[in-house]
Amino acid sequence: MALDRWIGLVLLGIFVAYGYAAWFTMDAGLAPFMQRNPIWPSTFPKVLSIIGILVGLIIVLGLEKPDKPRDQDPSVTVYRQLKEFKLGQAGLLLGLMVAYALLLRPAGFIAATVGFLVIGSAILGERRWITMIVVAGLATGIVWYLVQVVLGIFLRPLPAFMGV
Amino acid sequence: MLEGILIGLQTAFSVQNLLMVIGGCLIGTFIGMLPGLGPMSIIAIMIPVAISLGDPSAALILLAGVYYGAIFGGSTSSILLNAPGVAGTVATSFDGYPMARDGKAGKALTIAAIASFCGGTVGAILLMIFAPMLSSVALLFHSAEYFALMVVGLSAIAAFAGTGQVAKAIMMTLLGLIMATVGEGALFNMPRFTMGLMDLQSGFAFITLAMAMFALPEALYLVMDPARSKSGQSGDIKDLRITRDEAKSIAPVIGRQSLQGFFIGVLPGAGATIASFLGYAVERNIAPEKEKQEFGKGSIKGLAAPETANNAACTGSFVPLLTLGIPGSGTTAILLGALIALNVTPGPRLMLDDPQIFWAVIISMYIGNLVLLILNLPLIPYIAKILAVPRNFLIPFILFFTLMGAYIGQNNATELLLLVGFGVCATVLRFADYPLAPLLIGFILGGMLEDNFSRSMQLYDGIGFIWERPMTLGLLIVAALLVILPSYRARRARARAEGVADGD
Repeated sequence: MALDRWIGLVLLGIFVAYGYAAWFTMDAGLAPFMQRNPIWPSTFPKVLSIIGILVGLIIVLGLEKPDKPRDQDPSVTVYRQLKEFKLGQAGLLLGLMVAYALLLRPAGFIAATVGFLVIGSAILGERRWITMIVVAGLATGIVWYLVQVVLGIFLRPLPAFMGV
Repeated sequence: MLEGILIGLQTAFSVQNLLMVIGGCLIGTFIGMLPGLGPMSIIAIMIPVAISLGDPSAALILLAGVYYGAIFGGSTSSILLNAPGVAGTVATSFDGYPMARDGKAGKALTIAAIASFCGGTVGAILLMIFAPMLSSVALLFHSAEYFALMVVGLSAIAAFAGTGQVAKAIMMTLLGLIMATVGEGALFNMPRFTMGLMDLQSGFAFITLAMAMFALPEALYLVMDPARSKSGQSGDIKDLRITRDEAKSIAPVIGRQSLQGFFIGVLPGAGATIASFLGYAVERNIAPEKEKQEFGKGSIKGLAAPETANNAACTGSFVPLLTLGIPGSGTTAILLGALIALNVTPGPRLMLDDPQIFWAVIISMYIGNLVLLILNLPLIPYIAKILAVPRNFLIPFILFFTLMGAYIGQNNATELLLLVGFGVCATVLRFADYPLAPLLIGFILGGMLEDNFSRSMQLYDGIGFIWERPMTLGLLIVAALLVILPSYRARRARARAEGVADGD
């Protein structure tokens, strides 16, 4: 089964779960006076869930035929492409982004950002450390100034234990 | 209308707004030139900046400037490196790149700039004529018609997704719609689908979603597929002049494509990409036999046609946004999101309630086009140096800017985790050839769609409004036809190809 139909299956699951919540669990706490309304908070989600399940079935069962031959379809060729893709680098960068999200407040903007930019370039194979640190430092300073002073949005510059 | 134009002139020509147009165009050209980054990512990255300006006219002017700049920048990288940053400029590289290889890069850039300028300017004039007409009709609409109109818009976007793609596009739209129902809606005052998480109480943030759908997958693709990010020195760019004969031969092309591009751009879901390819094909077919041979080998007509058409279409796509409040493309959807964040609701009332915004945007389109022609074009040889920035430095910066955008929009580190999570999902969806723009459009229209639906339900005490209001019924039938017709026609064509009788 090609990737697009697997994803169709996942999406179908999402719509079934969403539909279950809309049809069976959501209205339990509805106040009596609201039940007289022609529209409930669950009405629109109910409609969406039905259409979603129908369209999901069309995708999973492959009822809509593409106009190009199946072996040229991007969702089939992607398996071949994936082998050539540098998934490791992408994964590492995503991990780095998660680390940045978790460290931004505790470590402060300056340390976290310089670290992110330098390690990010290093993951991509850059080894000119001095250039990397200078560029990252300059960029961090400029962005901090723009966000904090020009836009007026607070960004803690230093690590949490150093105050501010 | 004259009064409106004067208000617009007054707003657009304030020092601040002029700086916004110029700054926006320059930033857009800069980033748009980077291969692999389209206007949607750039606008998504610029939204937090625009929103923190606080002034809706200035914000929209800035974003519109970024938009034109990005498209112009995309043409530049198509011409110089054969690396289109946007689908809308792919057709530009057909003839632009061969010209650059022949050492006529300067001439190609000038033609592209003039064609864009004319396309954009004619588009803006048509917008001035059609937008007020359309919005005076739209003022007669009730919430029932609005609901139906939005359904038509969403179906049209799915219908234009191409054969074999309609179900996927509808799926993505629905996914956007259900994401819009998460959180506390304005109408019911109770949290829905938050799964008990406090962080979802106010729903998903639109900026985070826009970044995750466009900027992050594009950056990840650049990482995974190094061939995509061709960076390198472009050849010397000199001799920006074109001759009188050349001008004479492209003038009719520009005239035709400005009109055609604009009207294609008005259709929801069609947009700049279709306009540019169609423009190229039409001009090739009607060219004399001798010039037809030139197409694909560096024909100036083949360069002028897609450039004019895509700029005119970009302007055209503002018509449904400004008059109906319904975005027809990913980019206008992002602009709509930014406007809503600034407490401005685009739609037919915009012209009456906030004429200064409406007209300032249109006037700034002229200024933007002028800025691109007289400021960016001479600067291109210098701006093109950014193409030589190594990707090892570039990619971490792009990722950092997406993070920053999501963070300063919400001031919340959880948002960054959501961004990464959605970004991964969006990349996987892109692997499987699911279109992402419908998701964002669905997400942005979701709230309004439900509000209008609920209001009509309340007024008519049930779903009676569908058959009691002929216009609503008519629009909903159009929506159904839009979705069903493409697959029905594909099925019939296939049946005929297989030699089966037409009877099914």
